[in-house]
Amino acid sequence: MVFTPSFSNYLLALGDYVLGHAISRILTTLFLVSGMSANSVAEVFNPQSFTLDNGMQVVVVTNHRVPVVTHMVWYKVGAMDEPPGKSGLAHYFEHLMYKGTKSLKPGEFSATVARNGGRENAFTSQDYTGYFQSVAVDRLPLMMKIEADRMTNLVLNDEIIEPERAVVIEERRSRTDNNPSAMLGEQLNTVLYQNHPYRIPIIGWREEIESLTRDDLITFYRNWYAPNNAILVISGDVTIDDVRPLAEKYYGVIPSRPLPKRVKWIEPPLKADRQVVLENERVRQPSWSRRFIAPSQVHGATEHAYALQVLGEILSGGATSRLHRKLVVERKIAVSAGGWYSGRSRGPGIFGFYISPAPGGDVEKTGAAMAAEIDLLIEKGVTDQDVAKAVQRLQDSAIYARDSYRTPARILGGALAIGRTVENVEAWPEHIGAVTKDAVNRAIAAVLKDRKSVTALLLPKPTT
Amino acid sequence: MYSFRKSWFRSLGMVLFGVAFILMSTTPSHAVKVEKVISPGGVVAWLVRDHSIPITAMEFSFRGGAASDPAGKTGLASMATSLLDEGAGALDSQAFQGKLENLSVRMSFSAGLETVRGSFKTLNRNRAEAVELLRMALNEPRFDAEAIERMRRQITVGLKRKSTDPNVLASRIWRRAVFGEHPYARPVDGTLGSIGDITATDLRKFVADRLARENLLVGVVGDITPTDLAPLLDQIFGGLPASTPPSGLKDAATGAEGETYVVQMNIPQSVVVFGHKGVKRKHPDYYAAYVMNYVLGGGGFSSRLYHEVREKRGLAYSVYSYLNPMQRAALITGGVATRNDQVAQSIAIIREEWGRMRDTGPNEQELGDAKTFLNGSFPLRLSSTGSIARMLVAMQYHDLGQDYIDHRHEFIDAVTLADVKRVARRLLDPKQLTVVIVGKPEKIEPTADAPDIES
Repeated sequence: MVFTPSFSNYLLALGDYVLGHAISRILTTLFLVSGMSANSVAEVFNPQSFTLDNGMQVVVVTNHRVPVVTHMVWYKVGAMDEPPGKSGLAHYFEHLMYKGTKSLKPGEFSATVARNGGRENAFTSQDYTGYFQSVAVDRLPLMMKIEADRMTNLVLNDEIIEPERAVVIEERRSRTDNNPSAMLGEQLNTVLYQNHPYRIPIIGWREEIESLTRDDLITFYRNWYAPNNAILVISGDVTIDDVRPLAEKYYGVIPSRPLPKRVKWIEPPLKADRQVVLENERVRQPSWSRRFIAPSQVHGATEHAYALQVLGEILSGGATSRLHRKLVVERKIAVSAGGWYSGRSRGPGIFGFYISPAPGGDVEKTGAAMAAEIDLLIEKGVTDQDVAKAVQRLQDSAIYARDSYRTPARILGGALAIGRTVENVEAWPEHIGAVTKDAVNRAIAAVLKDRKSVTALLLPKPTT
Repeated sequence: MYSFRKSWFRSLGMVLFGVAFILMSTTPSHAVKVEKVISPGGVVAWLVRDHSIPITAMEFSFRGGAASDPAGKTGLASMATSLLDEGAGALDSQAFQGKLENLSVRMSFSAGLETVRGSFKTLNRNRAEAVELLRMALNEPRFDAEAIERMRRQITVGLKRKSTDPNVLASRIWRRAVFGEHPYARPVDGTLGSIGDITATDLRKFVADRLARENLLVGVVGDITPTDLAPLLDQIFGGLPASTPPSGLKDAATGAEGETYVVQMNIPQSVVVFGHKGVKRKHPDYYAAYVMNYVLGGGGFSSRLYHEVREKRGLAYSVYSYLNPMQRAALITGGVATRNDQVAQSIAIIREEWGRMRDTGPNEQELGDAKTFLNGSFPLRLSSTGSIARMLVAMQYHDLGQDYIDHRHEFIDAVTLADVKRVARRLLDPKQLTVVIVGKPEKIEPTADAPDIES
């Protein structure tokens, strides 16, 4: 059994009932871990796609196992698109999408979904915002109707937005302020990015959440919630022929609108190593991590993205992966150790490493051991065998990704929302299969060699 | 109903997997075909065939979990299960894990309070080798010193982390207060002391004593026939002991009723756990209580607690309640997390809603909405081979019968408004709630000192 750091299990009470319009990297984390791929090359999900006259892209993945569907609308707007000084706007707005329209009273959206046996949620990331319902297939038209309705007819007034602002601030307390390791993560991002808005937390700075106005919210809505900035993904017991007339009926009638110009953010290389240290009285076990800015699938030196996915798998922290084997199993100085790559983002990706010392271990020394392993990786690179095994595992994971009717919708939506294409997702196993040892070693040289990074330390507060 | 689609029957190979409950109050459809497979050696599995993907998923449980750990060995089941895939037969940990990784086998084991669970998924092209690895893990785990000490270090670090997690603390203190010395109060993953004391002998004895065929429940979903499955069941489970010594677990009384405990922690948001006695799974009132709880605090974005605490007043991001029926006790519990100066108000509202539900129950509309949700959303749980297999295990665990998936809606539909009102009156009592608050709550008077727990 391999213990890996968990990113988000701090809303657990007696059970694991986590409520909420979820936020942040939860989904991207899933993608990162589960990968997605297919063995039978060139057919991962076999989706079908078309674009409505108003520019809204529609993607359908058919799965007849159970007569249910997942209906998702992804907007290509996230926290990174917020105006300066308005952090938290995208996520706060996502909450307000449940607060009623010209024809639905506040709360009636969720009540309608529930009354029709549906489950729903929403999420906001730096790059996009998504809304979804899973329902019996015969309820799909109703879901499309009410989702299309709130794309244009939302009603916001102070009686509605004020209690929800308080909810969002409580959400911030639950996720971040109550949690030292989440606080450290937030601080880390402020120095990992010198320029890109990824440095600002998705949920926002509390002081700015408090100052967001109704006008800010409405402007954001008018700017970005348009069919030509949205993607409809439906996966489950439907075909494209079922969906087409419905999509035209409900979404096709919404006029497209000119979208604001997007800032083409660049992220200059770090010129100095940085270290972030958080000491907290509640920390009982220290940990060490290091992050490098990396290309993503669509940003920067994208030619390295597939090789970095393979490298991430090689270093993933799996039981026989080199970092885990050396540092946890052989040297016994750590309880977990690994590397990871996050590249499914509109802006820069991240290549990261983490290590958690064995009980009583010195965190600085343990971190130094990981740093030495990174140097060794840069010097020696990976082997053909490392690459072959990782490629096989990634490709196999695509077969598993087809198992759930929800997973294809999440993966396709997330890919399209950052600017990839259906063809690109479908060809993923081939691209992964084409990665060579040399390609991985070139990616290592590009991302890790002579590159500055941010090191983060989570430390117990010394008792006085 | 919409005239969108009429074809309800989805072929899962030879099996019709039409889902009756989805039609709600309209025509019932064909049954989900759950087949019972009995191996030559007598191992039983429930199977749903699904030929859509070339994989085989198996979920299994052994009755008896952490609550059956011997006194002083709390965390034994959890530690033992963490070691089952850490070397078996002739393969040490690295060799065993290397095979799992190279074959893309997904195999994991875990311990709950009342069961030990296994989860297994393989590509069919690797099935023979994968099954053999599973057999080895269950029948020939090595418990090498290296692996034991490594797991001990990992569990120790995990326990230290949890020792300052307000959610974990609130939940553990609540259980300690309510269950006292009963094993239900123990943490599943042990304590720093008990984990330090567990030996290889304890771990071997755990496997010999507790992983027995009479306690075994197996669910399989995937591209496999009964004929192919039967010998695999014998291969995997046939070598396990037939029976297990009785656990000696007794019924658990619930105490600390009406008490409020505060554990001081320097955090901006208090974490609150509350609850009292509930209703067991096999009790005739279970479904009425289930529907009632949906209206009270179970129903996601539409429950009364959600509406009053979050939607209307913005006091919290998360507020909920749920039924927790166990073998030797039953609970209805819930939680909320809110700014320290809003704790008193939030708890007051929750008590008020608890009392309002007891006094007047739900209305017709709420009852109807609850039923349509609980029936309509049920098939959404059948989202993957693994989730269907887990349901097959749960159906066996609770003796629900092979045709439960088709008939579940009848239990929900049969619940009347009078049933829910009666059950709410009998079950709910805001004065009896045991409340644990971790944080720096303002304007809260604890009724007693919080019980000690070992970290």
